[in-house]
Amino acid sequence: MSASSEADAIRTASAARPRPRWTRNISAKIAAIPMIATALVVFVGGTIWTVVYSFTDSKLLPRLRWVGLDQYERLWSQNRWLVSIENLMFYGVMSLVFTIAMGFLLAVLMDQKIRFEDTFRTIMLYPFALSFIVTGLVWQWILNPQFGIEGVVRDLGWTSFSFDPLNNPQTVLYGLLIAGLWQGTGFVMCLMLAGLRGIDEDIWKAARVDGIPTWKTYLVVVIPMMRPVFITTLVIVASGIIRLYDLVVAMTSGGPGGNASQVPAMYVYDYMFQAQNLGQGFAASTMMLLSVLIVLIPWAYLEFGGKKHG
Amino acid sequence: MADISMSSAMTGPRGARPKRALSPRNIMLYGILIVVCLYYLLPLWVMVMTSLKGMPEVRMGNIFAPPVEITFQPWVKAWSEACTGLNCDGLSRGFWNSVIITVPSVILSIAIASVNGYALINWKFKGSDIFFTILIFGSFIPYQIMLYPIVILLREAGLYGSLWGLVIVHSIFGMPILTLLFRNYFSSIPEELFKAARVDGAGFWGIYFRIMLPMSLPIFVVALILQVTGIWNDFLFGVVYTKPAYYPMTVQLNNIVNSVQGVKEYNVNMAATLLTGLVPLIVYFVSGKLFVRGIAAGAVKG
Repeated sequence: MSASSEADAIRTASAARPRPRWTRNISAKIAAIPMIATALVVFVGGTIWTVVYSFTDSKLLPRLRWVGLDQYERLWSQNRWLVSIENLMFYGVMSLVFTIAMGFLLAVLMDQKIRFEDTFRTIMLYPFALSFIVTGLVWQWILNPQFGIEGVVRDLGWTSFSFDPLNNPQTVLYGLLIAGLWQGTGFVMCLMLAGLRGIDEDIWKAARVDGIPTWKTYLVVVIPMMRPVFITTLVIVASGIIRLYDLVVAMTSGGPGGNASQVPAMYVYDYMFQAQNLGQGFAASTMMLLSVLIVLIPWAYLEFGGKKHG
Repeated sequence: MADISMSSAMTGPRGARPKRALSPRNIMLYGILIVVCLYYLLPLWVMVMTSLKGMPEVRMGNIFAPPVEITFQPWVKAWSEACTGLNCDGLSRGFWNSVIITVPSVILSIAIASVNGYALINWKFKGSDIFFTILIFGSFIPYQIMLYPIVILLREAGLYGSLWGLVIVHSIFGMPILTLLFRNYFSSIPEELFKAARVDGAGFWGIYFRIMLPMSLPIFVVALILQVTGIWNDFLFGVVYTKPAYYPMTVQLNNIVNSVQGVKEYNVNMAATLLTGLVPLIVYFVSGKLFVRGIAAGAVKG
């Protein structure tokens, strides 16, 4: 790509008087300085910096005193970190399965040439415009045991009814899931709907001519055809889940019982900015990076690696 | 469904029997969709209803029931009297902080990203595509890994804890998605236009301001929607990069509602929550399909 533009540039330049290489296209280079700085200094530089300092014993301030893998050993022996990882895995898997399954089913329903499609979509997508803080606080109120759903059902006469997910360490993640799904499913539905609309009408006609039932067409023809949409959705949703932070802060602050709903992002924040133990924070954030790379590298390989060879 | 049955009636007896509007299939379909919509609308309903009740009614009544006696007191209190720590000047401070954070952040991030997209399409230079790839990959990296290096960079620049520091942070993290958005849009503008302008002697900025900018107003609106809602809803960067005096609305809201001191005033809390959600909600309902286009931009392959 850049080679051909180089050739163009050389051709136009040789027609005019010769100029030094670096001044060619100079306005564009100057205009791109913020992008270059962000890419190289913040994204690449910042990442390397944090990874390097995760091997030091930095406390209040970063310092280069090597301690090898000590920070990581400590990290993986902390109960709080292990709980965070476990919570994120559980929340992540549940959230992925449910958002994608529900998002797809809703998109299929929306794709039945229904009336008022815009109204339905507007209603399903509005939570996505709200912040996790707002989402968390509303659901915290609805799930309030005294006044929320539990209280209302008890007032109706079912006095033994119990629905208090946020105050029970066993169920707190389900409480977070209810709010998280409410916020994000509409978005996935929109992506899936766009995918469904992208499928050629002729395929539906062919399936109808062959007498294949609708549900089977979805299962055998449409879903395999939508593979790229599913993969893209998966990557977007998964990279959002790993960042999960605001929702937990708003709904439970990591509780109940101290750390029942802790997540890695919270661990990082607390060690970097509260406990003044930077090394631990760096090690934890490096682990977060690693988990993203596990998702990202196979995806990048499928997405971009395939193109070059095929 | 009615128009479909109409048209099949017009073509005469051929084809399938006209579908009735109230077929079991339709009842099922619309039934499910309406139930789903009720689930989505429930929190908004509860938020509005609770914020219009007095505390005695909140304690006595049902959170789903509309208020018997409507009062706007909780709204007034949330806006101008609610306490965070020692400050009792309400959410209004957070609101104005969010405004003065959001406006420059939106302008700066869109300005940078649109020029990036333009340079990436029309003024490719050696390595430009590599920087773009890094940017896109960077958008998937957890923010946590870059939090502290940015603290150091801002401290060196003397901007740590200031509003401008936060504005720069928002511009940095908004850059990948916005650059992608603009790059994809500019690539659809015919190259002949660009070449003709070059022949006429227009330079980098001339073409940007006289051709690209006027031709791409829709995508600027999409970017505007994306950034206003995104920056308004931010919590993490607000906590990390500003002082308590500059905390944006989301941070202040969380501090008000989740404070452990004092009697919980649920009606005031809900009024505050609704106030914080109001700006993105208005943007969302006014913008309609453009919002969908904005969020889908991230999913479209570049």
